[in-house]
Amino acid sequence: MPLRNKIVALAIGIAMLLIIIELVRRRKLREEYSWLWLMTGSVILLLTLWFDLLKWVTHLVGAVTPSSTIFLFAFLFLILISLHFSVVISKLAERNKDLAQRYALLELELNELKKRCPFPDRSPSSL
Amino acid sequence: MVNGLCIIPAYNEERNIASVIQGIKKSASNMDVLVIDDGSSDETPHRAMEAGAKVILHPFNLGYGIALQTGYKYALKKGYDKIVQMDGDGQHDPSFISALFAPIQRGEVDMVIGSRFLITGEPKSGHIPYRAPLVRRLGMKFFGIITTLLIHQKITDSTSGYQAMNRRVLEWVSSDQFPFDYPDADVIIVLHRKGFRIKEIPTQMFESQNKKSMHSGWKPIYYIFKMFLSILVTLMRK
Repeated sequence: MPLRNKIVALAIGIAMLLIIIELVRRRKLREEYSWLWLMTGSVILLLTLWFDLLKWVTHLVGAVTPSSTIFLFAFLFLILISLHFSVVISKLAERNKDLAQRYALLELELNELKKRCPFPDRSPSSL
Repeated sequence: MVNGLCIIPAYNEERNIASVIQGIKKSASNMDVLVIDDGSSDETPHRAMEAGAKVILHPFNLGYGIALQTGYKYALKKGYDKIVQMDGDGQHDPSFISALFAPIQRGEVDMVIGSRFLITGEPKSGHIPYRAPLVRRLGMKFFGIITTLLIHQKITDSTSGYQAMNRRVLEWVSSDQFPFDYPDADVIIVLHRKGFRIKEIPTQMFESQNKKSMHSGWKPIYYIFKMFLSILVTLMRK
C-alpha cells in the first residue's frame, strides 16, 4: 500500500473513532448504537496497518482488487445498519403507539374525575 | 348488568359523526357510545360530545387500526362483555346492532362480522346502497376467497369494519399481537386459528358520505402487499 494511501486511511480511521467517542461523551449517541460505528473505525485502522489481512480477505471472497473488497464490505455494512435502524424504528413506533393510547385513555379518566370532583378549584397547589 | 359498548374510530368526520351517534342512540338506546378521535383537525370531538358520546382523544393521528385498539383497551378496562365497532362516516346502518349482538349473546360465536354482500332486498329509502369501485370490489372478493380457503368457512366480506365481539376476543385484540395497520382479513384468520368462532350476518351498508376513504391513492397497493405479508407470517407463526 503506498504511503500516501496509508496516511489518508489512517487519518480517516482515527478521525472516525474520535468523532464517535466524542458523540458518546456528549451523550448525543447512545452507547447501545455506538458499537457498530466503533467497529467500522477499528476495521479501517486494522486493514490500513495490516494490509496483508486485506489481501487475504480479497483472495478469500474472490475479489480482484483489495479496493473492491473494501467497497463490498462497506456496502454490506450500510445495508446492515439500515436494517438495524428499521428494527429500532419499528420498536419505537410500537412504543409510541402504546404511549399515545395510554395517554388518551388516562386523559379521558382524568377529565371524568375532574367533572366528578365537587371542588374543582381546590387543587392541592392552591390549598 | 353491563351493557354493550359501541366503538367508533373517527378522523375528520365532523359532518357525519353526530348523525351516526344519534342513529345508534335511536336503535340501541341502552348502549354506551365511545368515539376515538384520531387527531382530527376539525370539530369531530366536539360534535361527538354534543351528541352524547364519550370521546377519547388521540394526541396525534395514529391510524384506523390503532384507534380501534384504543377503543378495545377502553372496553376491556371498563369491563364491557361485548362491543360493536362501526365506522364514523355513516356507512353502517345502526339498526343492525342487535342482529350483530344476538349470536354472541346466545353464546354461539365469539365474533360477528356484518357483511354487505349477504344482504338481499330493497334498501331503506333515502339511502344509497353501497357500491364499491370495481378494483376495490375485486380486492374484497379476492381476500374474501383467501380467508374462506384458509379458515374453511365462507367469508364474503373480510374488509368489513362493522363487527361485534365478546370479551374473549376483546382480550386478544387489545394485545400487542393485533395487526394495527389495516386490520381485516388477517385478524379473521388469526382469530380462527386461535379457536374463536366467527360468523357473518347480512348488514346494510351505505355509500360513505365522506368521499376520502382510507383506501385512496397509493394505499390500495400497500394494502394488498401488507395483507399478503400479514397472512403469510400469520400462517408461519402457528
